[in-house]
Amino acid sequence: MSVVLDLFTVLAVGLGVFFFLAGTVALLRFPDSLSRLHGLTKADNLGLGLVVLGLIPRASSPLAALKLIVLWALVQLGSATVAQMIGSALRRREEIE
Amino acid sequence: MTLFEALDFALAAIVLGLAARTISARRVFGAVVAYVAYGLLLAIIWVRLYAPDVALTEAAIGSGVTGVLLISASTRLGPLAAPDAPPGAALKAGAAALSALVAGILATAVLYLPDPAPSLAPEADAHLAETGLGNAVTAVLIAYRSFDTMLEKVVLVLAVAGVWSVAPDRFWGGAPAPLGPAAPDTALVFLARILAPIGAVIGVQMFWVGADEPGGAFQGGAILAAMWMIVMMARLTEPPRISSGWLRLALIAGPGVFLLAGLAGPVMAGSFFAFPPGFAKPVILFIEAFMVLSIAVSLPLLVAGPPNREAGR
Repeated sequence: MSVVLDLFTVLAVGLGVFFFLAGTVALLRFPDSLSRLHGLTKADNLGLGLVVLGLIPRASSPLAALKLIVLWALVQLGSATVAQMIGSALRRREEIE
Repeated sequence: MTLFEALDFALAAIVLGLAARTISARRVFGAVVAYVAYGLLLAIIWVRLYAPDVALTEAAIGSGVTGVLLISASTRLGPLAAPDAPPGAALKAGAAALSALVAGILATAVLYLPDPAPSLAPEADAHLAETGLGNAVTAVLIAYRSFDTMLEKVVLVLAVAGVWSVAPDRFWGGAPAPLGPAAPDTALVFLARILAPIGAVIGVQMFWVGADEPGGAFQGGAILAAMWMIVMMARLTEPPRISSGWLRLALIAGPGVFLLAGLAGPVMAGSFFAFPPGFAKPVILFIEAFMVLSIAVSLPLLVAGPPNREAGR
């Protein structure tokens, strides 16, 4: 059983790290701000989500697991808001130009 | 080299790079962004040094609140005019020499520390039971060196008074300028509505668990301060008039209650700033609760700045 859980953790965290890497590459390589923002929010959303998912079986108690999920939800809230605000700031700038 | 050593070296290198970036950035905004990132990575370094309490404070105060302070200050200043004449070679050389001297003295001091370094940690741990606390950092702050911590809170009140004192006479007693534009981004309003209640719970919880686990009054108060700031930035509420009684009471509540508890020491426990044995933890938490209030009120007031409207409004 523990081997299965370990495998699950390695897989999920590994996949999460991949999304972080992809998000970083997107941030560095994508041509315009909106695409870069798109790449970045995927890292926050899927990357952190998968890392948290992988760590849940390792949490010391159900409460600790719940805290991990709350952490992910709060990052979601923050990153979605920031993406919206940067997006609307970009649009305002385009309207001016 | 183990994996953790590699991580530590990478962290140190990035922090140094960000420090250089903060100094060399051409625009104020870029410098502040680098400084905030620098603070967050520094927090990770504190975690690596097994100092989670310091890490929380660094992330909340050093990076978060200071970042907001710097950004609002740079917005208020507007674009900086280029100096009439660039600094001369002598001035540059003098500044470089002075910086190198200070850095050199600090480096020498660190490199010549005795090994093992002098430490009071075993002493602090040995007497932890007498305070009733489980977190040695909180015991150091509120019990072992309580007088210093009380004075630190006084400094915070003085800082707010200092900010207020630059207001013109006719605005004295009025309210500081609003923290955000008249029509804030709807996404920000949504965030403030959702996050503020959650953040308030987390702030109080962080203060409460600080007695036994990493956390404490400063970290919890800083989170509550951030929540008040975000609600003001979303224009769901406005900065209060600085003449309002509740505001001033909340400001001085922390150091005031702390000082009263210290003065009660000679009567209750036989010495100035001593806590009654066996009853220390309730007294400490009582003091801390008011400190949380004062911190949560003073930090947003520092960001809001001096009053700029007539008191009548």
